[in-house]
Amino acid sequence: MAATAPAVTEPIVEMENISIEFPGVKALQNVNFRLFPGEVHTLMGENGAGKSTLIKALTGVYKIDSGTITVGGLSRRFAGTADAQSAGISTVYQEVNLCDNLTVGENVMLGHEVRGPIGINWRKTHEAAHEALIRLGLGDLDPRQPLSSISLALQQLVAISRAMVTDSTVLILDEPTSSLDANEVEGLFTVIRRLRDEGVAILFVSHFLDQVYAISDRLTVLRNGVVVGEHQTAALPRNQLISEMIGKDVDTLNSLGSQRSRAVHSGGAPYYSAKDLTRKGSIEPVDIEVHAGEVVGLAGLLGSGRTELGRLIYGADKPDAGIVTIDGKTTEVTSPVGALARKIAFSTENRRDEGIVGDLTVRENLVLAVQARRGWARPLSRREQAAICDKYLVELNVRPADPERAVRDLSGGNQQKVLLGRWLATQPELLILDEPTRGIDVGAKAEIQETIVALADDGMSVIFISSELEEVVRLSERIIVLKDRRKIGEIVNGPDVTAEAIVDLIASEGSGA
Amino acid sequence: MSITELDRPAAPSLLSRMKPNLETLPTLAAVAIFIAMLIYGEVAYGRIVQFSTISNLLINNAYLIILAVGLTFVILTGGIDLSVGAVIAISSLVGVMLANAGWNPLIVIVLMILIGSVFGVASGVLIQYFNVQPFIATLAMMFLARGLASILSTTPQRLDDDSVIRSLSTQWKVYDGPKIDDLVTTPNVLIAALVVIVAFFMLHRTRFGRTVYAIGGSEQSALLMGLPVVRTKLLIYVISGTLAGLAAVVYTSKLGIAQNITGVGWELDAIAAVIIGGTLLTGGAGFVLGSVIGALVLGLMNVLITRDGGIPPEATTIITGGILLAFVLLQRFVVSRKRKS
Repeated sequence: MAATAPAVTEPIVEMENISIEFPGVKALQNVNFRLFPGEVHTLMGENGAGKSTLIKALTGVYKIDSGTITVGGLSRRFAGTADAQSAGISTVYQEVNLCDNLTVGENVMLGHEVRGPIGINWRKTHEAAHEALIRLGLGDLDPRQPLSSISLALQQLVAISRAMVTDSTVLILDEPTSSLDANEVEGLFTVIRRLRDEGVAILFVSHFLDQVYAISDRLTVLRNGVVVGEHQTAALPRNQLISEMIGKDVDTLNSLGSQRSRAVHSGGAPYYSAKDLTRKGSIEPVDIEVHAGEVVGLAGLLGSGRTELGRLIYGADKPDAGIVTIDGKTTEVTSPVGALARKIAFSTENRRDEGIVGDLTVRENLVLAVQARRGWARPLSRREQAAICDKYLVELNVRPADPERAVRDLSGGNQQKVLLGRWLATQPELLILDEPTRGIDVGAKAEIQETIVALADDGMSVIFISSELEEVVRLSERIIVLKDRRKIGEIVNGPDVTAEAIVDLIASEGSGA
Repeated sequence: MSITELDRPAAPSLLSRMKPNLETLPTLAAVAIFIAMLIYGEVAYGRIVQFSTISNLLINNAYLIILAVGLTFVILTGGIDLSVGAVIAISSLVGVMLANAGWNPLIVIVLMILIGSVFGVASGVLIQYFNVQPFIATLAMMFLARGLASILSTTPQRLDDDSVIRSLSTQWKVYDGPKIDDLVTTPNVLIAALVVIVAFFMLHRTRFGRTVYAIGGSEQSALLMGLPVVRTKLLIYVISGTLAGLAAVVYTSKLGIAQNITGVGWELDAIAAVIIGGTLLTGGAGFVLGSVIGALVLGLMNVLITRDGGIPPEATTIITGGILLAFVLLQRFVVSRKRKS
């Protein structure tokens, strides 16, 4: 049993007293971390706890200020990723870091191509790639096909194949499951277990507790740059894990509960309603109503049309047809500018590419939407900007609460808060949130959920999109269920509505039709 | 993949890599346009599809082909090199003046090439170690090179006709056709051909070349994959600069005159050739052979305009711009189709 392995073997990686400091932030303080061959070890912690920093220290992206790293019995100091890789440490990142302009095989073999007398021998290179893929059970994948032609899940596995080509003894998986569906996750776990049984030490980072319990043998919990615990996973109750991570009682999380379903809106005319809203190839005609002070959830699997519907309402995509009524007036929303003018805001699921502007500061990101609505000819004064920053940094508990820090340096959860703040600053009447809690930790998640509830209580209409059905059920008063780009049902939330009920609806709808 | 496919020899696999797909579409379009221009020229003006015209096309555009090859490396990584035209000016001026001063022509040629390398190193260091945008860094080098050339001389410097350097443009009759329709080549054309072959080999058969493509696909990914990104990016600017130096040798040997205003705008011609040849300006996709076709398209266009006689020479740039625009639009189309697939 792999879980008992630590007792008998020497650690392959031993990090002792690691400290890293960034301007104004102690990212890691005297962290000790051990990783054994043949184990899956999960690194747990809130956003900003230091997980990424620790990984980057181990992979040579960051230089450590003090402490020692021992890999395979040798003391190491990595000057870069290439150094770490030659020491047998490979990393697969959350956003797949491959080149999608190249083929699958090339991505596996880049930098390790088989060479002959006339340069790279492509036949042998592709054979080697094929062997690496077979090792992970991907023998069906043609190494000559472009990387861009395969799914994200497969790309992730290709990235792992690549790591294995270098004969890595340590494999770091940084949130590999955040964009995979359940089947794909199972496929990934099969590969992880196979590699573990071959003796590879696997460091796993994930926010999904179920996955952590399903795959990991041991785990280390970090909080605010300090190790708060190292455990055998099987012996650690979930609530203890959560309280170690967020450092406060888990009751705050539970208390959010299903109280939301009891909230009552005025019952009068809806604030926003759309009839037969449609766009060819994107979503079939949908009716949707949102009252003031109401949270309407959009539930459905990835690709069900939930994001597409959000974008149509916001005008990010132009609807082909549909009658839109806002606050009793028939109107049209065909562009984001038009949406902002009608007090509709949309927070994208694609935080990194479409949401925050990483190089700008927190302040600049916060005022972006307000400024856009005012027009660039009338810049916000410093004082107005400061007022917006003060208000939302405090209200949303952004950490660090420094408006002049580049957003890039913030953790995912805090970036999401800034993004939320940007739209709140436009004082919208209808707020569309697409996956506002994806890829962020439990603490920030609870805070964002609380904020949404509070906003609705203040009379804002909210359309809430999430792939986590529990979250949709917890927050929404009504739930619109989508499947295959169609609305298949609308559920008024109540005590008997559960995530399972929605899953059943989605599952049964296909067989019934 | 089956065993039989694994046993396939290398040659077909290379062919299959070149088979028509979305990636090769812009390059194939360039080939199609080139052929269409040949046919149109033959039908409309005559004496286009014949040895002498094709020979002259290659002889007159050898320098542009060399420049375009250099820029292919740069543009494949998503960079740009604006300095090559000005580098030709300084390199050819220095070369002609030293040769006329009695220096050993071989040393002069090596020096001319090295001048290009030095500017390439300077651009690369600015970009890689001082974090300057490629556009700005090479723009600075362009002004520097042009300025130095103007300090050297503002009047045309004529290379002695008996200079060894001029022998690089000796016309060798390969095939004696009827009347004056001969297949001719010059050492310059062979140099350009060699450059193309070596570049093709480097890009497709060396780790360095694959790193160039990887950087163009995603520099961040290439870094995280542990590829030598810094070294590679530095090297491509050195290659571009060195080839600009070589292009200066080729051009000077052909014309026999160097001037401080030689090569104004040639960097843009070379960029246009690369883009028309199917290389994405954002990097990551393209072929060096495409750039050769791109250079020939531009060269043939000039021939056709001259033959027509009715088109004012000023319109050349407008037509170049039009072709360029059409190809960029085609690329946009290809990229958007790729996103969808």
